[in-house]
Amino acid sequence: MSKSNPNAPKRLALIASKGTLDWAYPPFILASAAGAMGWEVGVFFTFYGLTLLKPELTAAVSPLGNPAMPMKMPFGPEGFQNINWNMPNLLMANVPGFESLATTLMKQTFKNKGVASIEKLREMCVDMDVRLIGCQMTMDVFGFKREDFIPQAEIGGAATFLEYAADADVQLFI
Amino acid sequence: MNGIDVIKEDILLDCSGLLCPMPIVKTAKAIKEMQTGQILKMISTDAGSPPDIAAWSRQTGNELLLSTEDGGKFVFFLKKS
Repeated sequence: MSKSNPNAPKRLALIASKGTLDWAYPPFILASAAGAMGWEVGVFFTFYGLTLLKPELTAAVSPLGNPAMPMKMPFGPEGFQNINWNMPNLLMANVPGFESLATTLMKQTFKNKGVASIEKLREMCVDMDVRLIGCQMTMDVFGFKREDFIPQAEIGGAATFLEYAADADVQLFI
Repeated sequence: MNGIDVIKEDILLDCSGLLCPMPIVKTAKAIKEMQTGQILKMISTDAGSPPDIAAWSRQTGNELLLSTEDGGKFVFFLKKS
């Protein structure tokens, strides 16, 4: 089926289903880039992705269960920064604070390299009128209320997203 | 002669040190503020910028007059449509 309005701008429809720091980046990067290209953009935040609509972003990353994640130090000479620190699972699972350490290191590395923060990217999306749709069902399951999320978010369900996605040129599940 | 000295920009935007998607987001913002026909010079150190700016230009219809390298940086001249 073709688009309901053939003259409408291109449209991107995303599902953001993950709430960790590493997986928070792709939806916000794609949404802001598409917005910059003049596309209409809507992101449906569901399951753990819903937490990305909270005013204070607390997204963290865990190297445990993420065997491909490079562990890099964000300070010191370049050669030192490029070393990949292989951490045994036993250490990652049992040392208290390991996850928050990994999160701090990733945030600092990203900052040093010139990657915008999740907060900044989300702000860009809001500026570009990206539709941010929170999943009602997830809210009910995890006990979130409307006021737990930023005011720019709207609330909807699967049909809300599907109707939007039906007219989209690009649809991605992240 | 790479054409860099021939074109005169109206607005200069330096995105040095920024990675994807900030160079195109900032470019889009800058172009939005400009008048039709004005020229934006954008400087970037992101190696993803040459293909990304070309794609952005095709998608938005703002003409990419020149895409080149100067002193280890990527330089773009874009004309607002």
